[in-house]
Amino acid sequence: MSWEPVIGLEIHVQLKTRTKMFCRCAAGFGAGENTQTCPVCLGFPGALPVMNRRAIEWTIKLGLALDCEITEHAVFARKNYFYPDLPKGYQISQYDLPSCIDGKVLLPTAEGDRVIGVVRAHLEEDAAKTVHVGGRTGRIGGADASLVDYNRGGTPLVEIVTAPDIRSADEAKRFLQLLRQTVVELGISDAEMEKGTLRVDANVSVRPEGSDELRTRTEIKNMNSFNFIARGIEAEVERQIGVWESGGAVEQQTYDFDAATGTLTARRSKEEADDYRYFPEPDLVPVEPSRVLVDALRSEVPESPAARIRRIEPALDLERATVLVTGGLDVLWDGTVAAGADGVAAANVIANTLVGAGVDPGAAPAAELAKLVDARERIPRAAFDEAISKLAEPGFSADPYLVQDALSDTDELGPIVDRILEANPGQVEAYRGGKEGLLGFFVGQVMKETQGTADARVVNDLVREKLNA
Amino acid sequence: MIDTLRLTAEDAISLVERREVSAGELHAAYLGAIAERDGELHCFLRTCDEPHGSSIPIALKDVISTKGIETTAGSRILEGYTPVFDSTVAARVKAAGLSVLGKTNTDEFAMGSSTENSAWGPSCNPWDPSRVPGGSGGGTAAAVSAGLAPWGLGSDTGGSIKQPSALCGNVGLRPTYGTVSRYGVVAFASSLDQIGPVAKTVRDVALLYSIIAGRDPLDSTTAELPEVVALPEGDSLAGVKLAVPKQVADLDAIEPGVRAAFEAALDQARELGAKVGECDLPLSYRYGMPCYYLVAPAEASSNLARYDGVRYGPRVAGATFGEMVDHTRDAGFGPEPKRRIMLGTYALSAGYYDAFYGQAQRVRTLLIREHREALDGFDAIVTPTSPTVAFPIGDKAADPLAMYACDLLTIPSCLAGLPGLSIPCGLSEGLPVGLQLVGRQFGENGLFRLGHALEGAIGFDTVPERLR
Repeated sequence: MSWEPVIGLEIHVQLKTRTKMFCRCAAGFGAGENTQTCPVCLGFPGALPVMNRRAIEWTIKLGLALDCEITEHAVFARKNYFYPDLPKGYQISQYDLPSCIDGKVLLPTAEGDRVIGVVRAHLEEDAAKTVHVGGRTGRIGGADASLVDYNRGGTPLVEIVTAPDIRSADEAKRFLQLLRQTVVELGISDAEMEKGTLRVDANVSVRPEGSDELRTRTEIKNMNSFNFIARGIEAEVERQIGVWESGGAVEQQTYDFDAATGTLTARRSKEEADDYRYFPEPDLVPVEPSRVLVDALRSEVPESPAARIRRIEPALDLERATVLVTGGLDVLWDGTVAAGADGVAAANVIANTLVGAGVDPGAAPAAELAKLVDARERIPRAAFDEAISKLAEPGFSADPYLVQDALSDTDELGPIVDRILEANPGQVEAYRGGKEGLLGFFVGQVMKETQGTADARVVNDLVREKLNA
Repeated sequence: MIDTLRLTAEDAISLVERREVSAGELHAAYLGAIAERDGELHCFLRTCDEPHGSSIPIALKDVISTKGIETTAGSRILEGYTPVFDSTVAARVKAAGLSVLGKTNTDEFAMGSSTENSAWGPSCNPWDPSRVPGGSGGGTAAAVSAGLAPWGLGSDTGGSIKQPSALCGNVGLRPTYGTVSRYGVVAFASSLDQIGPVAKTVRDVALLYSIIAGRDPLDSTTAELPEVVALPEGDSLAGVKLAVPKQVADLDAIEPGVRAAFEAALDQARELGAKVGECDLPLSYRYGMPCYYLVAPAEASSNLARYDGVRYGPRVAGATFGEMVDHTRDAGFGPEPKRRIMLGTYALSAGYYDAFYGQAQRVRTLLIREHREALDGFDAIVTPTSPTVAFPIGDKAADPLAMYACDLLTIPSCLAGLPGLSIPCGLSEGLPVGLQLVGRQFGENGLFRLGHALEGAIGFDTVPERLR
């Protein structure tokens, strides 16, 4: 029997507002422990929360970018539980009446757009950061002491919950790339997994291909890169298929993914189900954004990454279009092409050379880049690379690089090629035996010998000619 | 010689303004009265030696956070806790030049009707020290009656300002929900808690209300006052219409002496020109108490979760985090908060929420509507404030339901978010009886005019007989 994965994601995005969700403390990293705190975010007696207007607006904006309905009446609730990272004994979070519902993200694929439903996006406050000292597991149970840094406590978080519409680990990864790009372009979060400003949990189940049942799902946590998420999901899908095929049944469980070993570890199951005793937060009033505000925010939402992929795809291909858009490179590409450069060549230069050189695509002048793309095969490789690496410097001009001619005289290059072939008899034999991929090796050697001044196209032709002779 | 027993806040202010008495002398006079009488009454948990303001002193209930002054809310779990910030009401009274005279006793977390639930022992009624002063704000009310403070602030969730004012023979206002900031006031039940003044006269209460009321950016549930607070003048009630709820006649819990004083007050009102009619609040009297005892404990169970021994207050060690929290809360909370935390936790639990908390909120909506309709065509709803006069200490301590019944008459309008003013209207068995006037939302000015005219006609002597 063949199996189909059914995957839903829960994504937490930490908003980069200047201040916290319910107080005026600075939000952000880097300050000394417990220096960004006040009576409100420390839960002192009598302190009351006041909503951060910007966080509300950004949540609505994100909802609009995810094609959500913005609710006219959203309510913050209290989620009650005891933990040292939760100073009030409850977390303030939107619950049954969130700000954004019923959205979707389009995932461009070769077979058309896949629609991934967004069930909801809601706003909540982050917990503080705890470090458990002593004990073996780094968990609170068995620790000698727990240290709490309340700086992070109260930072605004948006939780996005997708429908179980994702069908593969790769699709999950591509969805997250698009979502991350959307968030970054809205300017509401850095959305960096390594820093924890973007956190993803995956709910995974499998079912027989063609069935529409929903079997017991498990949750995978603690995955801190898109690649680990894909690997974690793959490992869990494989595990579940194994369980079903051996006649067992998957049990509801939460797993941590260990990237180092590629293994899933079950968390100790709780003896009883959590009861968070949610009720509407009486210290706050409902969130009722005006139509005028929502319309104004809508006008600030840029064209979606998926739409942009579809728009530039015809000039390229899906893969290149996706790389450009999810890398935040397509604006530069648009400009470069508009300035006359060839689309595919510009895409390759931007996605490879420019990104490889660590150049900020936002600061690179498209017109100058277009000149370089156009001249890339005419000028020495070394000059081209240098020009690209300096592209974002203030006042950059491509012109000095364009007048440099590449070494294209076959009389001059011929002896060099001969020397290289003589020095590598084994590779020559292998090439002639059918390993044509070695062509690049010889070209590379010649480029190295000429310190990048040779015209790669001419070298290419010359090497092939001599090898095939 | 300053007679703190008779001095109203208004008169005290004018003494200071005319420079007949300095703020320091006035402060010292009240500290002298406290030294003389508070050993017996136990109104104050702590006092402040020096005035910091240019005007008169004020007593603050110990749920009101005061920067640099220990604030325990009557609970061991906050023993030694000294706020690093002022509550908005404390900041506002200080900005008006008032000096904090001290922090007054309260039932633990304002949960109670007698101050017997204070971890620091009960306060006593100045009219008869063997009796309770009411609660939870018994400390403030008894202090004002005994001349230990010209006025004070209390907090009222289901009657904690009005009921002790009635039992101690002074004036107390529970303002419209949302007119006074709760920021920095130790929370009991957030959707019901209101801060309000206690004083000897309606004018003093109005004056103090004008100092503390108005929108606060730190409390999202506050609103701007629709009109400025006016100090009441005049003695006529011509054209005023008062409504007595039908249900009051059938409430057996109301003592005959209380009923007699209440009826006499209604006669006074008629003599001043008021018309007294009848309104109908069937749901309020039938469901008010049960509704309150779901909403308030539910919110309390969440509000009191922050007392976990992690950041402030005493901590009792345990082998794990969970044990430490358990031990700390077990040692820190008294029986009444524990009872309400359990009630509230149950009411909010999955599977019970709809039947209890959810249902109570729906009932509350009905009570709001019922009160609005009852007030249609009337200026105020009038009832006795408390069904009984002050009862002996210990009388109801073992019977929570009997204690809860003290607030039978005050709870319905609290649930409806409406303002209520209690003024003394006579004596029964030598103990004060309070008259409750409930007005429309933001209708404080109307209540002040009514209360002022009535108190003039009634002529109640606020000084306890035994202290005259």
